[in-house]
Amino acid sequence: MSTPSQVVGDIPKNARQIAWIRRRRALKRSWRTFRGSPMGMIGLVILTIFALTAVFAPLLAARSGLSPVTAPGQPFQPPSGQYWFGTDHQGRSVLTLVIWGSRVSLAIGLIATLISVFIGSIVGILAGFFGGWRDVSLMRLTDWFLVIPFLPLVIVLASVMGGGVGGGGLGLTAFVIGITSWPSSARLVRSQTLTVKERPYVERARALGASNWHLITRHILPNVGPIIFANTILIVAIAILSETTLAFLGFGDPNAISWGRVLDEAFGNGAVIAGNWWWVIPPGVAVVLVVLAFTLIGYALDEILNPRLRRR
Amino acid sequence: MGTRRYLFTKVMQAFFTLVFVVCFNFFLFRILPGDPARILARNKLQPAEAVAEMVRDFGLDQPLFPGQFVNYIGDTVRGNFGISYKFHRPVTEVIQQRFWRTVLLLGVSTLIFTVLGILIGIWGAWRRGSAFDIGSHTFSLIGYSMPEFWLGLLLLIMFAVIIPIFPVGGITTTSPEYTGLRAIYDVAGHMVLPTLTLVLAYIGQYAIVMRSSLLDVLGEDYVQTARAKGLRDVHVRRRHAVPNALLPTVTLIALNLGFLVGGAITVETVFSWQGLGLLEYEALRTPDYPLLQGLFILFSVAVIAANLIADLLYGYLDPRVRVA
Repeated sequence: MSTPSQVVGDIPKNARQIAWIRRRRALKRSWRTFRGSPMGMIGLVILTIFALTAVFAPLLAARSGLSPVTAPGQPFQPPSGQYWFGTDHQGRSVLTLVIWGSRVSLAIGLIATLISVFIGSIVGILAGFFGGWRDVSLMRLTDWFLVIPFLPLVIVLASVMGGGVGGGGLGLTAFVIGITSWPSSARLVRSQTLTVKERPYVERARALGASNWHLITRHILPNVGPIIFANTILIVAIAILSETTLAFLGFGDPNAISWGRVLDEAFGNGAVIAGNWWWVIPPGVAVVLVVLAFTLIGYALDEILNPRLRRR
Repeated sequence: MGTRRYLFTKVMQAFFTLVFVVCFNFFLFRILPGDPARILARNKLQPAEAVAEMVRDFGLDQPLFPGQFVNYIGDTVRGNFGISYKFHRPVTEVIQQRFWRTVLLLGVSTLIFTVLGILIGIWGAWRRGSAFDIGSHTFSLIGYSMPEFWLGLLLLIMFAVIIPIFPVGGITTTSPEYTGLRAIYDVAGHMVLPTLTLVLAYIGQYAIVMRSSLLDVLGEDYVQTARAKGLRDVHVRRRHAVPNALLPTVTLIALNLGFLVGGAITVETVFSWQGLGLLEYEALRTPDYPLLQGLFILFSVAVIAANLIADLLYGYLDPRVRVA
């Protein structure tokens, strides 16, 4: 891979360099617009804080605090100077659980999103680019998946594939969320592909004898990419919410602490009747903040990258 | 002529979606890694004879195709989903018993959050940039980012435990048992918190959609014309802008039913509201496969039907759709 020239006055040597320079400029321009969006910046700040928390979890709270055996506190303690968010039924600090939970919640959200966007993009591009019966059949499939109620479908898939509650582990949770949440991105990518496909330069490339593969990878994908990206950010929000719900219902690895798992344990161990609000509020607030952050960033990006909205 | 064709297309689409769901359900429970016979055998509490009997009951000793498939289609059409493992009664009977409770909860909630959401959206769009608009928009986004069940847990801790003004869960008070008007009052009291949870969780989406759809309409020429004619604000809004902006919201109500079903599952669980949502939770905790299948089909049928109704309504409300 050729490195883009650093000096502005440099004369680009080949087409690839020109493309890179152009991409870098577009990126800079988008970033400048993004910085101008207060909502997007708020989202970015919140997200950065949580990402750092997830990465540096071992420095913020000792891992031994997750095991009931080595947990330092007494069970069901309200917040205090030592345990800011109190303790759970096994004497674990709720703050420690929330810090470590950020890892699982973010990781599953991201993996599920990758799967979902991968399927959605392929279906969308194939349907939009080739048209005809392929378009019709792929879009019917997409519509079917759009109509089937999401959570019952996820529950049925997770139960059948994992053999019930507590089975299957984290990979299964991410997989199930991924393969059920692609239809909306497929529709979006298809509609975008349809407009890109008709542009004159695509026609020109085709006239010069470019293969379908070349057209898709060099012309369609780079133009559809930005929209896929904005959509991806919005899907992460949905995936994290879904993971929380599934963990609350009891799916996934019982030993992996995610925010939804903490809520499931709180609910299952009488936190509500005992009025242990400190056990319920922190993990939920974490979910709301992260989902809100992804949503705000996604909307801000959509406004920058989606030509339909930009024109307004 | 156009209308008839539109009707026909929509009904056929709904029908094929239904066929897809039914086939998908068969495929899911029989061909995927966890085929029913193996799942049955995995439950160690079942004696071997019981497993063999269930295998025979389900027709699992027959070849997958055509034997099992034909049986399955026949059973599904007749509404026979087998015997629930947990309740030891036909799945259809178990579902019937719970059905109206969920309809009651979701119906009342839907009515409230649709009407309020639309009103909030209209006010926000009409006074774009006002304190009300910014406030309601922020509130909507936060509501959207919240897991419904978490909101339910918070309300439950707040208004049933710390300040005990509402019951902790269930549908009726068991002792003493009320009759007549007191019974209605009792159920209403149990309904307040779950309804409030669903309303707060979903109202934002309607407000956002209504707001953006009205903002779109306000830029249209006919609204300009109405204004230029010197019509009063109220008149422009009620007669010209809002009816056209309502269209996308109609679709949203139907599409959202799919998510609402999900909300019902977790919220009914939190509030022990013994409807279909809690039933699904109980079924997946068991796990009770016949019941899960029955509920999956039922929820899908409900959402497909709602979408069909929305499509037909849409065709009636917006003549352009019929032609295109």
